[in-house]
Amino acid sequence: MELGPPPLFNQGVPARVRLGILALLSIVLLVVDARLRALDAVRQGLEVVLYPLERALLWPRDAFRDAAGYLSSVASLTRENDQLRRAALEYADKGLATQQLQAENARLRSLLALRDRVAVRSTPVQVLYESRDRFTRKVVVDRGGGAGITAGSAVIDDAGVIGQVTRVYPLTAEVTLLTDKDQSIPVVVLRNGLRAVAYGGEEPGSLELRYMAPGADIVNGDVVATSGIDGVFPPGMPVARVERVERDAGEQFAHVVLRPVGGVDRHTVVLVLSVDDATRPPAPEPARPERGERDARKGARR
Amino acid sequence: MKRLRDWFGSDAGGPDAGISRAPETVDLAGGRSYRPEALLRPVNPAFIWASLFGALLLDLLPWGPTIPAPDFVALALVFWNVQQPRRVGMATAFVFGLLIDVHDGALFGQHALAYTLLSYGAISLHRRIRWFPVLGQVPHVLPLLLVAQVASLAVRMSVGGPFPGWGYFLQSVVGALLWPFASWLLLVPQRRPIERDATRPL
Repeated sequence: MELGPPPLFNQGVPARVRLGILALLSIVLLVVDARLRALDAVRQGLEVVLYPLERALLWPRDAFRDAAGYLSSVASLTRENDQLRRAALEYADKGLATQQLQAENARLRSLLALRDRVAVRSTPVQVLYESRDRFTRKVVVDRGGGAGITAGSAVIDDAGVIGQVTRVYPLTAEVTLLTDKDQSIPVVVLRNGLRAVAYGGEEPGSLELRYMAPGADIVNGDVVATSGIDGVFPPGMPVARVERVERDAGEQFAHVVLRPVGGVDRHTVVLVLSVDDATRPPAPEPARPERGERDARKGARR
Repeated sequence: MKRLRDWFGSDAGGPDAGISRAPETVDLAGGRSYRPEALLRPVNPAFIWASLFGALLLDLLPWGPTIPAPDFVALALVFWNVQQPRRVGMATAFVFGLLIDVHDGALFGQHALAYTLLSYGAISLHRRIRWFPVLGQVPHVLPLLLVAQVASLAVRMSVGGPFPGWGYFLQSVVGALLWPFASWLLLVPQRRPIERDATRPL
């Protein structure tokens, strides 16, 4: 583009008009993306373009980490090795018991003519980086739709659930952590089977149970696990431990603060659990009837 | 109100001299004077795009949400909007905003809107900003960056996002503090070597 001397009269589209057009365009994009979710193809295309750059820029950080790891002393490695060997023994014991329990469970289920448990496929993935967006708690992992990961899958580490896959790109996937304020997970209190839903908490790094009756039987130290009634999270995986229960006489609900048991903010390798669609329970009917139907019902009642 | 309008938008989007130059005027009406700067060489368009791309790479680094790393793309956009408003305009800002949206996994259009506003502000103020020495430019750049952040925040809170805390705005402050360094760095290729011609002193 060769620029001559500035034109005196022909100044093109005025800046305010240009601002108006572009601002309107971004607002349209915002509405389309937030309400209709219609731009995922564009987003995926751009992400594929950005992916090589993002990967290349992780290299300096990873090189630094590797160098630091190389210099870690023999003593700490030996200690870690010891711990791992002990953990492996423990798991072997549990694994043997599990086989026997599974067989027994299958027999009992067939006796009671229950459905089979939801089948789950697991994919180990590596966390690439934490999203820079300050409004959410998200990490990006190094496997995407190409490796069979689907949106909605649960993500766990060795101690418990840490999040859920919320957006899948061809080569990467976005995992929303449990501590995100918009993330929710159906749980059950292991001690007494009380059902609840855990949301990301007000204080950073915590969860909370909303809408719990003030008299609900829940005490400090209770462990909550996934209930599995959503058909998305496999049941029985530990989620969090109750840290504090505040019962205020003036409030309608008890304020229950939990601390996640999984390493929500320290993670390198995690496991994505995809529920097999064939064994997923059928989705419930939408709760709210259509407007016409509702009016008709109202009419019928009269 | 009129003063504000004159101050803010009197020459929005107006044409600019094709050759980039630093302000060389010496005497102002008030009798103050500024040290004249050397004329700058014309800018190389390839360098503009390379620097914007470099800023994008810096933004793609895995900073994480805790470090108040400045928004390098916003800073580079302000710089080129001020220096070369006819080459780098709002459309460029919009496209870079979309790329940042995809990388952050933010709503489509959030940064696009923020950068468009930022770019409009910078283009409106570009004649004024270039009159100031580099440190005097910092107080002009800070509100521009803050406006962009506030726009981004407004978009997020309008769809139900939480307030991220006041530390969120630290990003702009760090960015504005980096302005002198950035403007020195981005003008390096345009400076001419100091050569004194004894026969024709300018």
